[in-house]
Amino acid sequence: MKTGLQKADPRGVLTGVHFMDGDHACCEGALAAGSRFAAGYPITPSTEVVERFASRVPTVGGTFIQMEDELAASITLQGAVWGGAKAFTVTSGPGFSLMMEHIGYAAMTETPCVFVDVQRGGPSTGLPTLPAQADMMQAKWGSHGDYEIIALCPNSPQECFDLTIKAFNLAEEFRVPVMFMMDECVGHMSEKVVIPPADQIEVVPRRHTHKSIEDYLPYGANGDQVPEMAHAGEGYNFHVTGLTHDERGYPNMTLPVQDKLVRRLQSKIRDAADRIAMFEEEQLDGADVIVVSYGITSRVAQRAIEAARERGLRVGKLRLITAWPFPDKKIRELAAKTKAFVVPELNLGQMVGEVERAAAGQAKTFAVSHAGGGVHNPEDILKVIVEAAR
Amino acid sequence: MSDILNTDILDTDIVNPVEPILRSDRIPHIWCPGCGIGTTVNSFARALVDSNIDLGSLALVSGIGCTGRVAGYVKLDSFHTTHGRAIPFATGLKLANPKLNVVVYSGDGDLSAIGGNHLIHAARRNIDLKVICVNNLIYAMTGGQTAPTTPDHSTTSTNPYGVFEPSFNLPHLVEAAGAVYVARWTTFHVRQLSRSISEAFKKKGFSFIEVISPCPTLYQRRNKMGDGLDAMKYYKEKSKVRHGAPTGEVGLTMTGEIIVGKFVDRDRPDYETMMRSQFRESLGERFVEQTEMVCS
Repeated sequence: MKTGLQKADPRGVLTGVHFMDGDHACCEGALAAGSRFAAGYPITPSTEVVERFASRVPTVGGTFIQMEDELAASITLQGAVWGGAKAFTVTSGPGFSLMMEHIGYAAMTETPCVFVDVQRGGPSTGLPTLPAQADMMQAKWGSHGDYEIIALCPNSPQECFDLTIKAFNLAEEFRVPVMFMMDECVGHMSEKVVIPPADQIEVVPRRHTHKSIEDYLPYGANGDQVPEMAHAGEGYNFHVTGLTHDERGYPNMTLPVQDKLVRRLQSKIRDAADRIAMFEEEQLDGADVIVVSYGITSRVAQRAIEAARERGLRVGKLRLITAWPFPDKKIRELAAKTKAFVVPELNLGQMVGEVERAAAGQAKTFAVSHAGGGVHNPEDILKVIVEAAR
Repeated sequence: MSDILNTDILDTDIVNPVEPILRSDRIPHIWCPGCGIGTTVNSFARALVDSNIDLGSLALVSGIGCTGRVAGYVKLDSFHTTHGRAIPFATGLKLANPKLNVVVYSGDGDLSAIGGNHLIHAARRNIDLKVICVNNLIYAMTGGQTAPTTPDHSTTSTNPYGVFEPSFNLPHLVEAAGAVYVARWTTFHVRQLSRSISEAFKKKGFSFIEVISPCPTLYQRRNKMGDGLDAMKYYKEKSKVRHGAPTGEVGLTMTGEIIVGKFVDRDRPDYETMMRSQFRESLGERFVEQTEMVCS
């Protein structure tokens, strides 16, 4: 079943040309996507998202609640989803760590929702006000057990708006928690943000079942592996559990049921990886070196790429907009045609490992690591590009 | 004699009056012989029947543990959430769809240890939730470890030489935090418990009903307190009904009196009422009432 698209509810859409930061743009994206519920706990540098939501949502018909901690926020939003809302929470590193259990719960119960992580320097309290991109692996692997999520990486306030809508749409389409991986720079930089009219914004509605109460199977695979949902209070009397469950949603901790369920949770995302994958590409044909980057680092890398081209090097650019599921196929195809990948990121080497894995030895892979707290000096990226081109 | 053996009588469709509220296809349940959780479910179901609650608008949320399994056995929209987080999940459910009656049904360890922070904050906010806390004085699902409610001097698997840390007096805790309705019964008091649950449904705000319940397998066996029947005898003998008792005086000991009754019944605006009136006051006509949050 392909979910039919709807137009955005105009009440939540602040149509116009704005000058705003990425945090605020993310909030506007959530409202435009139809989210009317957020639960949060304050944490720098993400708090502006929910501050704006708290201010805006009573004027569009919805609720914000500031919970007692991130453990609560990350499950309160899921209660709201089962009550019928599109819901999200917003946090940064230390809070993201506390939310891990409920990312697993959302994955297991197939609760569509969005977790926004405005990344800051870590580990632990780290650098509360300064950028990093060091939660990328945590976004994928942070909760226990095998599961798949989707993660998107905006690199501008405009994308914080556009891709937040996309994040909600993907969450609904696949019934999966979507990680919205911002960083402090993108969150706090102010730029032009164009919010289109509501009738130009496409929104994916909930996969609500049309089946009768007698015929409804809450976790029945549905052709494309994504079950249909019902909401509390509609008479379906369904059961939701984080335990391994059968198609009725009943606990069933047998090996065949575990195998079937966990494989479906994985394959419903992996089988659609090509469709989910979004990237920005530039001069990839004939490139000797391809710079793979995402988020704020892609904008610093742009300077290095242009400087390298001025030196006569053939450098291509691949910007990952979808980080997870990782676009293996794209990297594999490019690896057959290029000499090397250069991967700058604000961590000591996270997504570079994925690039290297997908390249599978067909092309060399060079990391340009950075411990976070600032952005790269473009010169440092340029040096590695030059080395890689040899 | 032939009248008694008349098979017509045996063939009639006599069902337990609470059966429509249970998922019969999930029976037998996992609870041990002598465990009190099933008894509390019977009282709960009885309360639903007696108070004519619209079952379609009723959602039940549990955490993790023996009592956490209640969600799986009731034929309602039911959520078996994560350990300690039934209350915040229920908070989201209630706020997204205020028409729902939301019951939180969980154990003492789940609600007052790992979920203790959520318990006090939901009471403070006066979220309109009905919390049924089955207190078996121990972590039973994991094998009888000390809980915040385990009485002084009893023995557990993690305090093999006796518990020395003071325990929580849950009615006192939730009253101090702001609950509008607080009662305690034991699994001996099945009718009183039913009536309290019915009463709580009539309240708007955070209601908390503690049910002292036996765990013969772990708590009683380790403390040489007999089986389920012995627990009933103890509850019968040592329970004293004291409605309106100051909650500071209802703390539990290992073998002493169990003060039961309705301790708190008061009114104050619940979270949603306060939220709406605040928005109306501050925003005037700009305030848009949340209507249907359901995204079709």
